[in-house]
Amino acid sequence: MTDTSLDPGFSSPRRTTDLVAASLRRRRRKQSRLKWIGIAAISIAFLMLFLLVASMVRTGWQAFTETNITLDVYIDPAEVPLERLPRGGFDDVLAASLGQMLPGVDMDDRATARAVGGILSNGAQFDLRDRVVADPSLIGQTITLTVPVSDPYDQLNKGLIKRETPETNRRVKDAQIAWFDRLQAEGAITKPFNIGLFTDADSRFPELAGLKGALIGSFWVLITCFVIAFPLGIGAAIYLEEFAPKNKMSDFVEVNINNLAAVPSVVFGLLALAVFIGWFGMPRSAPFVGGLTLALMTMPTIIIATRNALKAVPPSIREAALGLGASKQQMVFQHVLPLAMPGILTGTIIGLAQALGETAPLLLIGMNASITSAASSPFDSSTALPTQILIWADSPERGFVSLTSAAILVLLGFLIIMNGIAIFLRQKFERRW
Amino acid sequence: MNDMRPLERIVDSDTIKIAARGVQVHYGETQAIKDVDVDIEDHTVTAFIGPSGCGKSTFLRCLNRMNDTIDTCRVRGSITLDGEDIYDKSVDPVQLRAKVGMVFQKPNPFPKSIYDNVAYGPRIHGLARNKAELDGIVERSLRRGAIWDEVKDRLDAPGTGLSGGQQQRLCIARAIATEPEVLLMDEPCSALDPIATSQVEELIDELRTSYSVVIVTHSMQQAARVSQKTAFFHLGALVEFGETGQIFTNPQDPRTESYITGKIG
Amino acid sequence: MTGLAFLLLIIATIAGYLLNRIAARTVRDRGERLHSMTSYHGLFSALMVLVPVLTAILLWLVLQGPVIDAITMGNLPPGALEGLGQGGTQLVLAEIKSISLGQIFGTPEDWKLAAAEHYTALKATAGWMLVIVVALLSLAIIAFARSKVTAAFRARQGVEKIVNGLMIFCSVVAILTTVGIVISLSYETLRFFEKVPLTEFLFGTNWEPQIPLREDQIAAEGAFGWLPVILGTIVITVVALVVAVPVGLFSAIYLNEFAPPRLRSVIKPMLEILAGVPTVVYGFFAILVIAPAIRSFGQSIGIDVAPNTALAAGGVMGIMLIPFISSFTDDALSAVPRALRDGALGLGSTRGEMMTTVLFPAALPGIVGGVLLAVSRAIGETMIVVMAAGLIAKMTINPLDSVTTVTVQIVTLLIGDTSFDNPKTLAAFALGMMLFLVTLMINILALRIVRKYREAYD
Repeated sequence: MTDTSLDPGFSSPRRTTDLVAASLRRRRRKQSRLKWIGIAAISIAFLMLFLLVASMVRTGWQAFTETNITLDVYIDPAEVPLERLPRGGFDDVLAASLGQMLPGVDMDDRATARAVGGILSNGAQFDLRDRVVADPSLIGQTITLTVPVSDPYDQLNKGLIKRETPETNRRVKDAQIAWFDRLQAEGAITKPFNIGLFTDADSRFPELAGLKGALIGSFWVLITCFVIAFPLGIGAAIYLEEFAPKNKMSDFVEVNINNLAAVPSVVFGLLALAVFIGWFGMPRSAPFVGGLTLALMTMPTIIIATRNALKAVPPSIREAALGLGASKQQMVFQHVLPLAMPGILTGTIIGLAQALGETAPLLLIGMNASITSAASSPFDSSTALPTQILIWADSPERGFVSLTSAAILVLLGFLIIMNGIAIFLRQKFERRW
Repeated sequence: MNDMRPLERIVDSDTIKIAARGVQVHYGETQAIKDVDVDIEDHTVTAFIGPSGCGKSTFLRCLNRMNDTIDTCRVRGSITLDGEDIYDKSVDPVQLRAKVGMVFQKPNPFPKSIYDNVAYGPRIHGLARNKAELDGIVERSLRRGAIWDEVKDRLDAPGTGLSGGQQQRLCIARAIATEPEVLLMDEPCSALDPIATSQVEELIDELRTSYSVVIVTHSMQQAARVSQKTAFFHLGALVEFGETGQIFTNPQDPRTESYITGKIG
Repeated sequence: MTGLAFLLLIIATIAGYLLNRIAARTVRDRGERLHSMTSYHGLFSALMVLVPVLTAILLWLVLQGPVIDAITMGNLPPGALEGLGQGGTQLVLAEIKSISLGQIFGTPEDWKLAAAEHYTALKATAGWMLVIVVALLSLAIIAFARSKVTAAFRARQGVEKIVNGLMIFCSVVAILTTVGIVISLSYETLRFFEKVPLTEFLFGTNWEPQIPLREDQIAAEGAFGWLPVILGTIVITVVALVVAVPVGLFSAIYLNEFAPPRLRSVIKPMLEILAGVPTVVYGFFAILVIAPAIRSFGQSIGIDVAPNTALAAGGVMGIMLIPFISSFTDDALSAVPRALRDGALGLGSTRGEMMTTVLFPAALPGIVGGVLLAVSRAIGETMIVVMAAGLIAKMTINPLDSVTTVTVQIVTLLIGDTSFDNPKTLAAFALGMMLFLVTLMINILALRIVRKYREAYD
């Protein structure tokens, strides 16, 4: 401290030490504040991730079960005459058998009868019809039938419609709840795993809607995408990395590919709509066109991954091959490419995983049409997983909320599997040269 | 002990500034420094020499705890600065590094103006009360760094735009702006041309009047030119430590002799 | 028929390979020294068949549809299409096609039934012609390739030339994609500007893309000023950045400097999960969780909030961008040379001071480049806004209001509409053109900044 008088403005060692010591607490506090802000930021990100997954699981897990009712159905020849098949009063037959299980309910009142019939899903009468058409001898007999209940009762059974809610705000009235409770007390109601979620195609009725059409559509989209993008991407990458002369042209291609990777996906949709559908006359809503479009989007990803994998192969291997008298192509295809393959596959799977979740281009080429049967070829109209999610998310019925979440869980499941395979490949085959 | 005349060296003081006892350094499983004892005196230039990989830089980085920034590095033994153990829990490395400045092998000016580079230390430590004081510190440091005349007209120019030798003198000026008591230099001239090297060497000699300077160098000529004390490291051990003249003309250990005569290195 | 054509192609390829290989073996067995290995002779023939015939099939398939359509329509009885616009003509064609598939609704006119029959016949003929063309072409090429087999023939060089050509074609596809985007967008955009003046589009403040369905409708004139649409896009992008930039930056700073290595190796991939979630999932998350939460919070403090606010859509988009910003920032911070870290620490700065005063400023160009790429992502992001933002274009910058974006308009204008002859659908292409140009400029700028920055420290 004393030295400062001799030389104002210039700190002596003594003074430096004191000043530094004095400032330390403040500076440490500042540092830990920065650290805690960082921890808070990461926590926010994780909280959002948790919230996203948790909200999907919370609303979606219910859709993995369905509410079924088991009925003894007397197929009344008066309602279902043999000669009128496949037409007939199947809904009345079902309603009547429900009435049998609910003695005391006035089934002669048309409104009541319709309300009782409404316990069953709209699909129930078609199930019954198909069985009778397949075996007309059932007419006049009593058969046991297990069919889904309609959406409101399904929601009631899953606790999504609360009994505490005032009756006026509830879609299921007190009388209807009483019917349902009686059926349940008789042991007619079961709640098994919802196989239909995977084996049924889309439907207007949530209790009948399933993902089969979307899964098959996405399958065709991905296959098309892979068949086109994989060879094209690898070919382009090998040429650019190993053979292309380094000049303005290859620079241009390079910039082009980098920019293509960042073009908004909806623009690829516009390209597909104008060129593939508008000019070439390809069919709308077809997985093939979707796959073709996504292939153009995935190609840059595959090219970039392949080039990185090729770069990672050490020059010694190339020199060894060339030294043995191999031509440049032999060197690349027989020695370098096999070594780069794990990296290329990893990049391809990650690119395909992105393509699986891509929605906007499929939307523009019409893969969001409501299609109630699964596609049998890549040229049939179809939906895909992400567009199916969009269709269900836009549907007003309550039951579609949990179906949407369930579809999202299925989609996320596929993405986790694909990325898991990519990580596994990378760790198993990654070589440190 | 023998009849060789020691080189004439002025040793101002023999107060011990830093004392290291039984220092060992491990990187993970491998031992980089084995049991080093050394005393570094005030107002003296001490040179650490030895073949590359001998641990001289690692040891230097122990003296201001720069090794703390490497996760796998562990330091054992004791190092005291003015009698105080610098590895004591109560010692904050920040405070220690303000006292023990460091200049690195490659000139590393921050991508800021020349002025901001020199003012960096005083600013973070709060050494200047106002702009005028800070201006004073910057000018004085640049003068002592022997670079003032070259940069006084362009203090706002980026420090990265200077030549290599100028950058290194800027870094020295930056280090002395915090008024340290010890200055560590890790091969400060290895990236410089001969002219810049001689400028920096002259500067080091001047700095001795105010600081205790420790310099790591792979050049024996440089050690002979600038230092009063020399320590020879080999394979992580301190082989010989003594007056520079004695080490170069009359080494006690055969390994030192082999190194000086060019048989190992 | 198409399947048969592909089957023929495969058979021809294999046959070509085997024929030439066997021929080359015979030559070798006669004691002559072959220039190339026998398998290269086989490969030469196989590639000679595969490449041109596959090209022919694909071209045929692309052209067949439009050509058959044109012939069918050209053979309609005179006067059948009189007074029909482009849309009407397309409806007639669609009806003929569906009749030919056996789906008959109502009682179509006789000429339509005749046209459908004609159409079916044409399709069958085209199928057979394709098979015949494939068969003849394959045979001719196999014969040509077979005639090439001699001891001196450089089959390997031939194969390598073909493979080289194929690889060049693959690279050209990347350019063709860009060219295709530019041409298709420009073409439809120019048609749009024939109907709507450029100045109205660029400077108009009204976006009401409804068009009259009938001549006598007066209610909807249609207004195509894109300013409110781009303003909505900017509002949502700003909201997204306000969420993503601070969270991403501070996460990266913590991960880069303060997190223990083991924690870092766990947190980084988990953050990447956020980047891998499909945007349609984020969209549903926005309408299921975030929008109701914002709404009920607004009600609890007495503010009336729209159900589909810019805040909800932008906020969720921000969550999506967090890993994007944080990984770019982390990379940029890691690219700062160790010497600068050492320099700052050696002068006695705390690690926090080193971060804020040296590392962060030094990494800033790289970070700015990353943020710019995030901006381009936010502008081009579609699904989140389609699901969570509004449809009505308003000149407002209030994030609690409902706004629309360029991508939302593109999607809503095009869903369920295929005829490209009205300003409504063409407007989508004009918007797409603007979107492409804006994101392209931002991307080029960002990539340039990032590259310059990397060069500075390499």
